[in-house]
Amino acid sequence: MADQANRPKRRRRMHGIATWGPGLLLISPSIVLVGIFVYGLIGQNFQLALSDKHTAIQPETFIGLDNFKDLLTEDRFQHALTNLLIYTVAFLIGTMFFGMLWAILLERGIRGEGIFRSIYLFPMAISFVSAGVVWRWLLNGAQGEEAAGLNRLFQSLGPGGLQNSWWDTPNWGMVAIAMPAMWQLSGYMMALFLAGFRSIPDELREAARMDGASEFQLYRHVLFPQLSPVALSALIIAGHMSLKVFDIIYVIARNTYQVEVPATYMWQVQTFDQAKAATIASVLLIVVAVLIVPYLVYNHRTEKNR
Amino acid sequence: MRRTALASAAILAAATMLTACGDDDDGGSSSSSGDVEIMTWWTEGGEKAGLDALIENFDKDYPDETLQSTPIAGGGGSNAKKVILQRLQTGDPPSSFQGHAGAELLDYINTGAIQDVSSLYEEEGWNDIFPPSLIEMLTYDGAIYSVPANIHRANLVWANPSVLKDNGLPTTAPASIDDWIDDMETLKQGGMEAPLAIATDWTQVQLLETVLIADLGPDAYTGLWDGSTDWASSEVTDALDDYATLMTYTNSNRGSLDWPDSSGMVAEGESAYTVMGDWVPAGYDVDNLVPNKDYIWFPVPGTDGVYDFLADSFTLPVDAPNTEGAEDWLRVVGSKAGQTAFNQAKGSIPARTDIDPSEFGVYQQSAMADFKTDTIVPSLAHGAAASIAWLDAITSAVGKFSTDPDVGTLQDDLVSAADQFASTE
Amino acid sequence: MTATAAAPPVTKRPVGTRPSRRWIGMTVRIALLVFFLLIVLIPVYVLLITSFKEKGAISASDAWALPSGWPWDWTTSGWSTAWDRLEAPLWRSVQLAVPGAVIASILGSMNGFVLSRWRFPFANLVFILILFGMFIPYQAVMLPLVDLLINDINIENGIPALLLTHIVFGIPICTLIFRNYYETVPSDLIEAARVDGAGMLQTYIRIILPLSAPAFVVTLIWQFTSIWNDFLFALFLSSEDNGPVTLALNNLAGGQLSNYQASMAAALIAAFPTLIVYIVLGRFFLRGLMAGSLKG
Repeated sequence: MADQANRPKRRRRMHGIATWGPGLLLISPSIVLVGIFVYGLIGQNFQLALSDKHTAIQPETFIGLDNFKDLLTEDRFQHALTNLLIYTVAFLIGTMFFGMLWAILLERGIRGEGIFRSIYLFPMAISFVSAGVVWRWLLNGAQGEEAAGLNRLFQSLGPGGLQNSWWDTPNWGMVAIAMPAMWQLSGYMMALFLAGFRSIPDELREAARMDGASEFQLYRHVLFPQLSPVALSALIIAGHMSLKVFDIIYVIARNTYQVEVPATYMWQVQTFDQAKAATIASVLLIVVAVLIVPYLVYNHRTEKNR
Repeated sequence: MRRTALASAAILAAATMLTACGDDDDGGSSSSSGDVEIMTWWTEGGEKAGLDALIENFDKDYPDETLQSTPIAGGGGSNAKKVILQRLQTGDPPSSFQGHAGAELLDYINTGAIQDVSSLYEEEGWNDIFPPSLIEMLTYDGAIYSVPANIHRANLVWANPSVLKDNGLPTTAPASIDDWIDDMETLKQGGMEAPLAIATDWTQVQLLETVLIADLGPDAYTGLWDGSTDWASSEVTDALDDYATLMTYTNSNRGSLDWPDSSGMVAEGESAYTVMGDWVPAGYDVDNLVPNKDYIWFPVPGTDGVYDFLADSFTLPVDAPNTEGAEDWLRVVGSKAGQTAFNQAKGSIPARTDIDPSEFGVYQQSAMADFKTDTIVPSLAHGAAASIAWLDAITSAVGKFSTDPDVGTLQDDLVSAADQFASTE
Repeated sequence: MTATAAAPPVTKRPVGTRPSRRWIGMTVRIALLVFFLLIVLIPVYVLLITSFKEKGAISASDAWALPSGWPWDWTTSGWSTAWDRLEAPLWRSVQLAVPGAVIASILGSMNGFVLSRWRFPFANLVFILILFGMFIPYQAVMLPLVDLLINDINIENGIPALLLTHIVFGIPICTLIFRNYYETVPSDLIEAARVDGAGMLQTYIRIILPLSAPAFVVTLIWQFTSIWNDFLFALFLSSEDNGPVTLALNNLAGGQLSNYQASMAAALIAAFPTLIVYIVLGRFFLRGLMAGSLKG
């Protein structure tokens, strides 16, 4: 009865601009704002990157992809990109590993689970600046007599040989500087995986156990495969966060060469070379878009098919 | 075209937002027409004391003008520079603002943001009172763009005399860089891990510049910045080799330190030497260290008779509100009373050569004597010799060298930096 | 994963068949969990003990020790220095984060409603386009943004500029959270309203809004935290004298004469509000977090 009464109205909803018009109107301020502040500005940034406008007075003359060519062939930028790659890989491995580990440890239920979860997650609530302040001290590179931070801890507690110069090392320094980020975001991965584990129906586990699977086999052949959509989601989210990294590196090391990444390079350059800064930003955007756009499209499709 | 369309749409949206939420505003940033607004980054310690002293002098000399000081904290001036730039871009400049004298001002000069004040120099007779080589450094295309409040020196070694004595070394300056390196070797053999304390990138750039001065001589060094000295030459290679050798005597954790840490290492005897500007004594004073007893200083070996200067100075923006008031401020900055008061508080020395040294501290007296007679060269690390973009490229090259000590690569990087940026001067 | 997912129930699973095996497994798990707990808490420990030390007592050798002779030697000089410097910026952060969270949430609610329950042609496409705004590296819009705000619209540096920025860039995530939330509203409710002759606005106000409290809590908390913790926008659009607490904290900590107790104390002060929010309302924080993963 309700169906019959509703059907003609549903059809009317599809056709009448009078019906969906107000909706469009309601969302239009957001559309305008996002249109300007996201797409409009991205466009302007590309325009700046394609121009000659290095300092404030220069007029914007189109010079095509010259800035991009110069940037991508530049040693310093390539070094920054390499650093970013190392950082991203380290970050992804670290957070996924700890996130998964903690999720596995917790997913079967344990007393005080709430406490463990809350504590693993809390670093995410504080700013990268606050975290950076303490991690800068922890990752201090001095060793031996003048050791501070973790080096001092290693000295006093035993494994003195673990002392090293942390982020002040070429290449591997990026792994060290990924540590604060891992500390802050592993909890996030844990939350995702935990939710993933918990959404796997019990029957699957029971069935596997019934078939005589050991715990290890259960995880390997039943649970992990079920988790792959979650893992993919987690990978993409974490990946795009690490590609954007700025705060952590800036607070701990300003823009020293060892740990320079595109974002800090851009910050340094934007005071005296706008076109170059815009170019760096454009490259960053493209790198992130390559990751995100397919993901968004994939999500859109799966939603449509639901 | 596109920008105005974007802007008007944004204004519409923004207006809707802002009327809805009624946020409050901070006080306005522009001064009223009678005020003289000055912007600096002197917000703490001796610098603030110095600024206050200058303001006092201004109030005394020009009682019917009000001075509004807008200090902007943080980042050793980088915050302030950003805000100043924004004020200039929006056409709302302060009456005067602080900047390092020399090439650092080039960006402002090239964008036509600040004006020529050489007429002021003539009026006040500064052309005869500031050292001529200094005036040369401040002149671009025949125009002078700022009035220096003080002079700092960058080519100094600060040393710990007791550590030197313990290792049988004299407490006088080594005669040359080679002798200095020998002394460092002695210290190293004696068990000192890092005879030369140094900190992050910019301090290494400062060390590099002093080595360049020592090995190339002041004229060729200055020539690096106006194109008359070739960065690819073998003399530069030799200097870079010396630099590389010196760096092998430095502490490995330098990347995570800043200058107070390295000068602290010398004070504590962990290292024997550090190369740093003459703002070091101010820090030592706080810790009650006695000059010539707890610490000594001498020009970097090989740079005796050369004054590697940097200067805090004030500019006159184009379209400054209250230009007359701004000029009065500049007059105070360059005046005898002003410079005396300022430098007594700050610990640097006046740019004027006609001030009585006895009113100043031990280090300052020796510096003032040197300043009158030495050859003056511009500092690289502190904005006198090269534009910001050029300095940034050099700093990056030096930072790279710190992790990967290859003199060939360093020289190549320096050559390409010069190629890219020298033309802007 | 919708924003309304309740906290998953604790389930017990037998490890093996023998009780002693289960006990061993449980012990190992707890041991590991506690070990990691301690590791995660190390930075907090450092922050706390360093902030209470005397200036100059931060010598390298007893850096990890509690301030000696508790409680006599615990000083608050670090805290007072930190507070002096952070007090004004803290207040400015509040002025920024609260309106920013509220307005973005309201906009997100309206958008979420339209995109899930009062759709228009190409609504999905619009949604994706809006969502993309959440993922971009903000550097990609930073320079023209500064230009737009300061030169074209003439918004003042500092909190006003940041407020507008955070509202706009908060729209995507708030929209996402509300859209997912409203998808769980039974369509009968909407249809019933329509049968009664309600237009869009009425449906929104009378039916949807009253139900929206849980989602509002999530967006308010998530937005508040994001805005409070932002550093990048603050760096470009403000300075220490007119900006939020993250800038002041960075300047204090990066100051040339390192004052560890003050910077550690400052880090704690700056983190305090979001930590309180997290402790008290962590559940909702978690939901906002999960919404961002777009698990569909």
